[in-house]
Amino acid sequence: MIWQFDLLVLLLLVITAVISLRVKDLLSASIVFGVYSFLICLLWASMGAVDVAFTEAAVGAGVSAVFMIATVFNTTRRSSD
Amino acid sequence: MKGLAFIAVLATGALLLFAASDFPAWGDKDSPASRHEISRHYITQSMPETSVPNMVTAVLADYRGYDTMFETVVIFTAGIAIIGILGVARFTDRESLEPRAETEPGDRDMIVINTCRLLIPIMQMFALYVVAHGHHSPGGGFQGGVILGASFILWAIARDLPTALRGIKPRRIVFLAALGVVIYAGTGALCLAMDARLLDYSALHVFLPPEAPGAVPNEIMARSHGMLIVEVGVAFTVSAIMFGIYTYLSTMGRLKGGL
Repeated sequence: MIWQFDLLVLLLLVITAVISLRVKDLLSASIVFGVYSFLICLLWASMGAVDVAFTEAAVGAGVSAVFMIATVFNTTRRSSD
Repeated sequence: MKGLAFIAVLATGALLLFAASDFPAWGDKDSPASRHEISRHYITQSMPETSVPNMVTAVLADYRGYDTMFETVVIFTAGIAIIGILGVARFTDRESLEPRAETEPGDRDMIVINTCRLLIPIMQMFALYVVAHGHHSPGGGFQGGVILGASFILWAIARDLPTALRGIKPRRIVFLAALGVVIYAGTGALCLAMDARLLDYSALHVFLPPEAPGAVPNEIMARSHGMLIVEVGVAFTVSAIMFGIYTYLSTMGRLKGGL
């Protein structure tokens, strides 16, 4: 683990987490959430948990983002709160 | 009320941070988890006992195969629940769900379609590699199944859903998902029928040809091959359920149109 890299990733994690919670446009929120998953995947990989990182990249960043976008397209794009 | 909730969140966060300071350092060899005998057993004995170099797969599919079996059942149940709930829309108020303004089938970008035509076979080959090579490298049934399911989803996005559903019919999605669970549980039950414990793959050595002299004993190779069989089962369930969830979510159960 390189602490500079970890610090950067953790900082970006917090930023993307806050953005995906605060943004009103649900499509943007889903995409930012996918970015969050990719950052977590980097963190797993840097800690040597390659299997977990692989799962996170495939499930978290890949398919679940697609599911959320598919749901947004069928419901509403604006968040009410 | 909002202020109160904010205070509660802050208090919980502070408590969690405080508790986290008690955690052992990352990679600490003196932490309780590393000092426990079971960790040493997995690290030193998983290769001689199962002939699987990837320790994670050995733990996941053999030592804790029972847990993984029910993880597969959880995915199956989640997919069936989504298909069951959204599938009702097909029979009830079909007209009230007016279709979104969308392009006609076939009215898609040629560049996108042809890129996907090239990309999808590679994706599927990689998915099969991940499933089959889960013993030796990171990966396994879950990851490979998700990649395989994602390749179908990509095809459904690039073309339209009916084109993708012509390949895999909705009824077949449920069948393939159930088949994966049956493969996994059936392997376990077969061990039971061989007078061994559930999911004790070493009992399956009777199906293997006699080993060459000096090779890894069949009892150990059977555990390696047993893991491959259950990984294939997991991949069946996961890929079918991923595609099923996508088809039902993107059309709200109408199975027409799609993204």
